[in-house]
Amino acid sequence: MRVAPRELFAFYRDGFRSMVLGRTLWKIILIKLFLMFAVLKLFFFSDNLEKNFHSDAERSAHVLDNLTRGAAR
Amino acid sequence: MGNDILMTVNWSRAQFALTAMYHWIFVPLTLGLSFLVAFFESIYVKTGDESWKKLTKFWMTLFGINFAIGVATGIIMEFQFGTNWSNYSWMVGDIFGAPLAVEGIFAFFLEATFFAVMFFGWERASKRFHLFSTWMVAIGSNLSAVWILVANGWMQNPVAMAFNPDKARFEMQNFFDVALSPTAVQKFTHTTSSSFLLASLFVMGISGLFLLQNRHKEMAKRSMVVASVLGLVSSGFAAFNGDESAFHIAHRQPMKLAAMEGLYTGTEKAPIVAMGIINPDKKPGDNLPAFKQEVIVPGMLSLLANRDPNSFVPGINDLVYGNPTRKIVGAQERIASGKIAVAELAKYKEAKKAGDQAGAQAALALFNQHKDNLGYGYLNRPEEAVPPVALTFYAFHIMVGLGTFFPIVFLCVLFCSVRGTLENHRWLSAICFACLFLGYVASQAGWVVAEVGRQPWAIEGLLPVGVASTAIAAGSVKTTFFIFLFLFTGLLIAEIGIMVKQIKIGPEA
Repeated sequence: MRVAPRELFAFYRDGFRSMVLGRTLWKIILIKLFLMFAVLKLFFFSDNLEKNFHSDAERSAHVLDNLTRGAAR
Repeated sequence: MGNDILMTVNWSRAQFALTAMYHWIFVPLTLGLSFLVAFFESIYVKTGDESWKKLTKFWMTLFGINFAIGVATGIIMEFQFGTNWSNYSWMVGDIFGAPLAVEGIFAFFLEATFFAVMFFGWERASKRFHLFSTWMVAIGSNLSAVWILVANGWMQNPVAMAFNPDKARFEMQNFFDVALSPTAVQKFTHTTSSSFLLASLFVMGISGLFLLQNRHKEMAKRSMVVASVLGLVSSGFAAFNGDESAFHIAHRQPMKLAAMEGLYTGTEKAPIVAMGIINPDKKPGDNLPAFKQEVIVPGMLSLLANRDPNSFVPGINDLVYGNPTRKIVGAQERIASGKIAVAELAKYKEAKKAGDQAGAQAALALFNQHKDNLGYGYLNRPEEAVPPVALTFYAFHIMVGLGTFFPIVFLCVLFCSVRGTLENHRWLSAICFACLFLGYVASQAGWVVAEVGRQPWAIEGLLPVGVASTAIAAGSVKTTFFIFLFLFTGLLIAEIGIMVKQIKIGPEA
């Protein structure tokens, strides 16, 4: 089945326009994604190793330090 | 472990448990209801009966609500990996990277493509293409669950990997051995079959409510027939692969099995405790009874664990302190071996830093002899290898008890449907409605068994949660715990509110 880009666009456009309950659900999805990525990820969930170390070698060394800390003591 | 670190680890565990349990409210319904909707639509396409189309659209709407509210809730767990569990995240990156990337790509393309046709295409696509799209959404949803369950299966039974001491990483040796390990296969089959079961209970619960309210009776009765058949088949399948899963747990995670059954002293002809009240004062190694009250079935645990009712099943004490007669190496002995592994790993690191190749090779050789017990090297007492017994025991028995009750309900519904007396038995409709909630209880209990039962391990035997976590302030983890609690509770209220509204409107919507 071949579908022209224009028909595909119209399919999605008409689908979104005809939504009733879907509008509410999309609002919830967008608010949720905003909270997750623009608030939680940005301010609370930085990648610890990515942020504090510049290379994989440094990250490996840090994790290896953590794994052997007990032995060093 | 210091108090601050313990606080951080426990808040990190609590936060992960909270997000996983909320996530798991949405996921099983998506997995199961997608298939039920596909079955309903198949009947519509086969019969051409418009009432089946109306019925399909109604359940599809509820599926859409659940999907929309639940979508991306799992991503929050991935945030936590990098922040709260950075050691773990680094160490398993090579194993989990491939499966999770496959999941993301697969789920996005399959679901995004056909989801639109499923909801927007009723009047624009042909009947058959629309049905094909509905099936693709169902199959895609379930296949996307494969990869996260493969990752979970690997944590329970780490296979086909080697520890690289230079990179501090577990590296995958064979993708297919990881993807097709018995633990991964059983995780997938048990999780999906129990999700079908839950979705069947969901459909029967709401249909039962319609019958109690004398609304949409024909739709309710038709829905209940299909749901009870799927529920019955899923129950049989879940019981079969649950039994297989227990057999593998007996050999791969014997401590978990012992906790599931509250078995402290290993024995031949080990019984299953059908019902029991755990003695809260019982500790490994003491002489107190394990139960205050118990009803046992002799030999059943031996049969479950070894397929032989006379065989020996190790108890918690055997696994903690060892049992030379049975050639069981206990946690006590494994801790000694694990401490050598940790010490040699430290020596290897220092020797490499100093450029001492011979010293590094000698340390590595000794490390390799003890590396299978690496995780035990971080435990201080052998009793730390024991998971919370009461929680594991009760969760397991709630899951099995409800899992035994549900097929009886499915059978009753099917029997009454065939006889045409379903709406005469209002008590049965009331039970179906109650089962809607009980299904979620059983589903959550199953994951409690899987995850609490494997404590203290993030990766079985190799990495305890205390070492897997990041040394960050407990306060910040506590703060995000309550943010998640607020966010997820809000989502759950939204889901229930919107669903209730749609259910009140009914299939005319």
